[in-house]
Amino acid sequence: MPDRKQAPVIVDAVDFDLRLKQAEKIVLKNGVEVYAVNAGAEEVMSVEWVFYAGNWFEDKNLVAATSNFLLRNGTSNKTAFQLNEHFEYYGAYLNRACYNETATITLHCLNKHIQELLPVVRELITDSVMPQEELDTYRQNMTQRLKVNLKKSDFVASRLIDAYVYGEQHPYGKYTRLEDFDSLNREELIAFYKQYYQQGKFVMFIAGRLPTGWPDLINRYFGDLPNAAGDMHNISREPVAEKKSRIINDAEGVQGSIRMARPFYNRHHPDFVKAMVLNTLFGGFFGSRLMSNIREDKGYTYGIHSFLQNHIHDSAWVISTEAGKDVCEATIQEVYKEMKILRDDLVDEEELLLVRNYMMGSILGDLDGPFQIIARWKNIVLNKRTDQYFYDSIQTIKTISAEELRALAQQYLQPEDFYELVVV
Amino acid sequence: MIQFEKFTLSNGLRVIVHQDLSTPMAVVNLMYDVGARDEDPERTGFAHLFEHLMFGGSVNIPSYDEPLQMAGGENNAYTTNDLTNYYIQLPADNLETAFWLESDRMLSLAFSKKSLDVQRKVVCEEFKEHYLTKPYGDVWHKMRELAYTTHPYRWMTIGKELSHIENAALADVEHFFFKHYRPVNAVLVVAGNVTVEKVKSLAEKWFGDIPSGEKYKRNLPQEPEQTAARKQVIQSNVPLDAFYKCWHMAGRLDRRYYIADLLGDILSGGGSSRLYQSLVKEKKLFSSIECFHFGSTDAGLMAIEGKLVKGVQIDEAEKAVEAELDKMKNELVSASELQKVKNKTESMIAFEDMSVMSRANSLAYYELLGDASWMNFELEKYASVSAEDILQESRNIFRESNSNTIHYLSNN
Repeated sequence: MPDRKQAPVIVDAVDFDLRLKQAEKIVLKNGVEVYAVNAGAEEVMSVEWVFYAGNWFEDKNLVAATSNFLLRNGTSNKTAFQLNEHFEYYGAYLNRACYNETATITLHCLNKHIQELLPVVRELITDSVMPQEELDTYRQNMTQRLKVNLKKSDFVASRLIDAYVYGEQHPYGKYTRLEDFDSLNREELIAFYKQYYQQGKFVMFIAGRLPTGWPDLINRYFGDLPNAAGDMHNISREPVAEKKSRIINDAEGVQGSIRMARPFYNRHHPDFVKAMVLNTLFGGFFGSRLMSNIREDKGYTYGIHSFLQNHIHDSAWVISTEAGKDVCEATIQEVYKEMKILRDDLVDEEELLLVRNYMMGSILGDLDGPFQIIARWKNIVLNKRTDQYFYDSIQTIKTISAEELRALAQQYLQPEDFYELVVV
Repeated sequence: MIQFEKFTLSNGLRVIVHQDLSTPMAVVNLMYDVGARDEDPERTGFAHLFEHLMFGGSVNIPSYDEPLQMAGGENNAYTTNDLTNYYIQLPADNLETAFWLESDRMLSLAFSKKSLDVQRKVVCEEFKEHYLTKPYGDVWHKMRELAYTTHPYRWMTIGKELSHIENAALADVEHFFFKHYRPVNAVLVVAGNVTVEKVKSLAEKWFGDIPSGEKYKRNLPQEPEQTAARKQVIQSNVPLDAFYKCWHMAGRLDRRYYIADLLGDILSGGGSSRLYQSLVKEKKLFSSIECFHFGSTDAGLMAIEGKLVKGVQIDEAEKAVEAELDKMKNELVSASELQKVKNKTESMIAFEDMSVMSRANSLAYYELLGDASWMNFELEKYASVSAEDILQESRNIFRESNSNTIHYLSNN
C-alpha cells in the first residue's frame, strides 16, 4: 500500500535543460526569409505567409482587415467558390488573419497535396481581384456580426480598454464602428492590396514533416515575387485622461465584464520577462493569487486572468474577468488588495518554486510538435529577437528572486497607474 | 495506425498505454463513464458541478493543483452529456505525481463544505457567462427541451436551471461520487514518453487497492420516434432573427452516424459547402449558416443554425433551407463532392492525431464506447460511405415529422 500522504519525488522543472529546436533559415531568390521546422510523425505540414499589411499600415479603419479577408474571394481566373472548392477538395485549410502589424495567409494540408495547393496560394498573392459583390456581402454580414457582438459585455469591454490605454487613433486602440463598413470602397482595398501584398514585404514560416526538396518548391512559386522593402512608421500612444469608467451596455445583464490595464513595454525592455514571472504569480495561471482568491475562495467569477499583451511595438498589462453584477466592485477591490500584498510582502520560496516549475513545464509542453515550435520562432522573428531571447527568458524564470519580484510590483502594480472599466 | 497496449487491473480499471518517444511529456487521461444524461431530472447540472468539486482536494491530498503545478504539469477537465474527462500533461519524469493525484481522488474526495459552497457559486457564474448574458445563449436549452420529450439529453450539461445547482447538498455529492467514480466505471490512458512496464507498476501501485465499486448499468429512457414536427417562436432582445432546426439522427455506434457526419460536411463547413454558397453567397438570405451534429453517443441531433440578413422573412429563409435539403433527398451527390468531404475528414483526423493529448483522449473515448482499437478504423468507415447512402440518409433524417424548429426573432 503506497503512502498516499507522501508526494512522489519530482524532478524540478527548473532543472530541465530546455532546448528550442533550431529553425532552418533559407533565403529565396528575391530575398524573402523562410524559417522551417522539420519535425513530426504525421505526413502534414503548415505554411504561413506573413505580410507587413496589418492595421498599422491603413489610413482608414478596416481597410487592412477587409483586404486580407477578400484575398480568397476571387482572382482573374477563379471565383470565390472555385478557390474554396480547390482548397477544400484537397482537405486543406486555407486561413487568413489580420493583426496589428502583420496580416497572414496560412495553409495546413496533407503533404501529398502540397503541389496542387501552392500555385493557387500564389494566385491569391499576385492576382486577387476583390469583386464588388464579394465586398458587399462581406460588408453586410460583418455589420450584422458586429451588431451581435455589441450586445456582449466582454466584447465591448475588451475593445474599450484598449482604446483607453492606447488612444482611439492608435492601431492597438482603434475599433470598428458600424459606419466604418459603409465607407469601405473597392478602390482603396485594391490599392492597399497592391502596395502591401502584390508589392509587399513578407516572411514565411513552414513546419511539419517536410517533403524533400521543399526549398525548391517554395522558391519556384514565391521566389520571384517583388518583396519590396518596407518600414514601419512610429505611432505613439495617446491614452485617455479619465482612468475609471462604468458603462451600462445591457441594463438587464447579470454579469459585469471587468478590465483593468496599465501601459507596459514591449519585449525589448529589460523588465519584460521578469514581469512575465510576476504576472504568472499574480494572475497568469490556475494557481495564481487572483484565481485562488477571487474564484477559489470567493466564488465571484468563473475565471480571472492577468496577462501582458503580445504586441510588437508596445504593450499593456491587463486583468480580465466576468463577475456577478453585484460583486464587480468587490472584485476590483480584491485585485488591488492582491497588488498590495505583492508590493508589501516577499513571495515565499515554495510558491516561487511553484511558479518557476509551472512556467518551465508549460514551455516544455508548448514545444511539443512542429507547429508549436514554429510558433515560437515566429514570435522571435517578428519581435526582432533571436533564440538567445528564449534562453535568457528561461534563465530569468530560473533565477529571479523574491526581492526582484517585490521591487517590480512596487514599480508596476500601482493602482493609480491602472485604467479600470466595468461593462454590464 | 495508433499503437497501444491495454490491460485491466483486478478492480476493473481499464488501462491503455500509448507510447510516443518523440515528446518529453506524458499525458494521463482519466475518463469516467458518467455524463449529464445520467442525472436525476430534478438534480441536473450535477455531473458538471461534480467535475468542479474534483479539484477541491481529496482524502489524503488537500490541494490537487499545487503539487501538479510544482511538477511542471497542467490539467483540465470537461463534462459532456455522455462522459466526464480529466486530463493532465506533465514532464514524463514526473509521471508518478499524476498517478498519485488521480488515484487519491478516485479513492475518495475530501467532500469539503467550503469547496461545495464556492464551486456552486463559480458554476452559477459560468452558467450566467455562457448561457444568460450572451444573445441567443438560451437557445440550446430550449431546443433540447423541444426535441427530446423523454431522453435525458433534454437538458444541457450546465443544468436545466440555476436552482438545481444552488440546491446541491453534500450528501448528493457523496452519493454521486461512490456511484460513478469507481475503477470499474473508468478508463485510464497514459501516453507519451512512457513504457508499458512503468505504467503497469504505477497503475498497480496507485490504483490497485481502490475498491472496484459497482458497475454502473445505464438504463436510460429512450426517446420515442418523433411523429410530428414541433415548432417554437421566441421573441427576444436580440439584434437579428435567427433560424434553428434540428432532426433526430443515429447514435455514435450506428453506421448511419458516419453518413450523417459526411452529409453535414456537404451542407456546411467550408466556403464551398452548399448552404454557405447558396444561402449566404448567392441568395443572400443568411449572414451565416452552419450545419452540425451533437456527436452524441445515444441517438443525437443534426442541426442547422443561421442568422438572417436583416429584412429577410424567416419563412422565406426556411423555404430556401428546405430547398437545399430537397436536393440532398432527390439527387445523388457527385463523386468529387463526396471525395471532397472524405478528404477533409482524412485531413482532420491526421491533424488531430498530431497531439499526444488528443490521441490519449480518443483512445479513452473509443474504449468507453466499446474498444479503443476502433480509433484505427474510423477512416475506413468514412471511406465506405457511398453517394446512395447519403441520399437515403438525407431522406431518413430530413423528414418534416422528424424536425424541431425554433424561430428566434428580434423584437427591436
